[in-house]
Amino acid sequence: MPLTEETRVAARDIIARYPQGRSRSALLPMLHLVQAEDGCVTSEGVEFCATELGITQAEVSAVATFYTMYKRRPVGDWLVSVCTNLSCALLGGEDVYARISADLGVGHDQTTPDGAITLEHAECLAACDYAPVMTVNYEFFDQVDADSASEIVDALRRGERPTPTRGAPLCTFAEASRQLAGFPDPRPGAVAGPGVGEPSVAGLLVADAEAVAQAGGTQVDPPTKGS
Amino acid sequence: MPVTPVLTGRWNTPRSWTLATYERTDGYRALRRALEMSPDEIIGIVKDSGLRGRGGAGFPTGMKWSFIPQGDGKPHYLVINADEGEPGTCKDAPLMMADPHSLVEGIIIASYAVRANHAFIYLRGELVHCGRRLRAAVAEAYRAGYLGRDILGSGFDLDLVVHSGAGAYICGEETALLDSLEGCRGQPRLRPPFPATHGLYSSPTVVNNVETIASVPYIIRHGVEWFRSMGRERSPGPKIYSLSGHVTRPGQYEAPMGTTLAELLEMAGGIRGGRRLKAWTPGGSSTPMLTADHLDVPLDFEGVAEAGSLLGTAAIMIMDETVDMLKVVRRLTQFYAHESCGKCTPCREGTTWMVQILTRLERGAGDAEDVDTLVDVCDNIFGRAFCALADGATSPIVSGIKFFRDEFISSTTAAASGGSASAGHNATGSAATDSAATASVAGKPDALAGAH
Repeated sequence: MPLTEETRVAARDIIARYPQGRSRSALLPMLHLVQAEDGCVTSEGVEFCATELGITQAEVSAVATFYTMYKRRPVGDWLVSVCTNLSCALLGGEDVYARISADLGVGHDQTTPDGAITLEHAECLAACDYAPVMTVNYEFFDQVDADSASEIVDALRRGERPTPTRGAPLCTFAEASRQLAGFPDPRPGAVAGPGVGEPSVAGLLVADAEAVAQAGGTQVDPPTKGS
Repeated sequence: MPVTPVLTGRWNTPRSWTLATYERTDGYRALRRALEMSPDEIIGIVKDSGLRGRGGAGFPTGMKWSFIPQGDGKPHYLVINADEGEPGTCKDAPLMMADPHSLVEGIIIASYAVRANHAFIYLRGELVHCGRRLRAAVAEAYRAGYLGRDILGSGFDLDLVVHSGAGAYICGEETALLDSLEGCRGQPRLRPPFPATHGLYSSPTVVNNVETIASVPYIIRHGVEWFRSMGRERSPGPKIYSLSGHVTRPGQYEAPMGTTLAELLEMAGGIRGGRRLKAWTPGGSSTPMLTADHLDVPLDFEGVAEAGSLLGTAAIMIMDETVDMLKVVRRLTQFYAHESCGKCTPCREGTTWMVQILTRLERGAGDAEDVDTLVDVCDNIFGRAFCALADGATSPIVSGIKFFRDEFISSTTAAASGGSASAGHNATGSAATDSAATASVAGKPDALAGAH
């Protein structure tokens, strides 16, 4: 803890987003909020949500235990999520997970003894065209392999903040959780962090190449991402 | 067949996510035109365009909108399903990342059409950077007068909230999504009643996919004929095809509905490493797998259905000849076991047991009856649960056994001890041979990728 008066004000901000009399809709963002304060959903966090929303703690707990992003034990500074679902697995996602797990000496949903890193294998992260992918506090590191993933995790353990392939510069788990609660990322330039890589524009590049070919009738090289 | 970048058109433009870029590239022009029309006119245009839901089910969008009762005195809601998580599906995330204003503009037009004054984007939680861009876009739209009170002097009011989920695939199912948005566990509801009359807060609600709604401004601006000039009669328009797996250039390829995998592979540089295609999903892991025999199937709702599968989200996961089908099916089944919400017994129990049987087969400890048991369990799951997750969970198994039965049989103890079984495989050609080769190559027990 502590859940302060500031948390209470933030909770009321969240409730105000939903129609009158529908405050329970605020529960998911409020659970992200209390997780931002405590590093996981604690019994105090559950009590806080129940009190603010006028529902029972059992009702809050039922929700908190349903969703994978609500953690019941404190998350490390860095939540490393490795996708091992099909498109990533086809290109080595399981090797990536196995390597990091061996490096860190922890398994799924476990945290290193120094509290630095929590590892999880993730289900499909909606970035199959960038496979294999992993995320750190939900920012994307694309097209990793066991070696590059291992280097990323090493950098985290040295206290560095490696730059994600797509997403804003890394922020803390608490900061990411606050954004999940619907509050803006206050860092200048955060929104401008890269969102699009070559796979996202693969079809566009084909279209560009076709347009060039039609205009000039010249041989076109395989496309590359422009900007 | 050409690529037709429409929804993806801005994605490579510098600072494509900003209002300035969006307005400079004709953004919010459709909204101005729409606000001069009556809501029913807009519903009529969307109906005539033939736009069908891009979230997987393919329901006609205009018809869905027309089901919303009018003059009923209840508030109406528009909810955007941005809970992208179907394995293989990765089209909505880049759209929201690169061009969030196209979604916001579509939401305003759709809300005006169905007379909703409150709209929500239910965004998959893990997509934090999409959330940043969407929230920034919504804030910009409010400041510019595209959201809020009396939008562009039309008298129409709309509030739009970006609501992040918390990690549950089931919330991509529309009624589970509504329960989740109401602050509950995301579990599907029994239908009827349908969301059109009893949706969010028991009020009339339209739930649409991101790609569907982002298509609306283009239809308003360019017209029905333009939209119908792409694609096929019953499935018109452009579609974002997502290619992943063993393909040379994975990514998003927007092409007319009905484009074939052969054509898409040509654009994407073919199968990685010059290998042969073994299997693919036409629309995510919940759609039955197809094979190299289906390269020329037109990928629209009708074409794929005729081939025995579903277009789904047009998420094409490509597997080359090196994959071990048993591992593929086991991994996907683990996904469904993990994501089953537990409400319906056939799905909750069935998926768990199927993982155990598949794992046993993979260890080489299964017997020939296990394959029949899997088919039987699938038969007892399909159509016997509240929602489509359960049906989807049977797709990898049923289609895997349909096309690659020998790989399942060859892993059983009966096959391993009897010489006649292996002779049987050879007669069926490459599938079984490939499997044997992969098994000897893949040194690690969990390694799904034979070569990459």
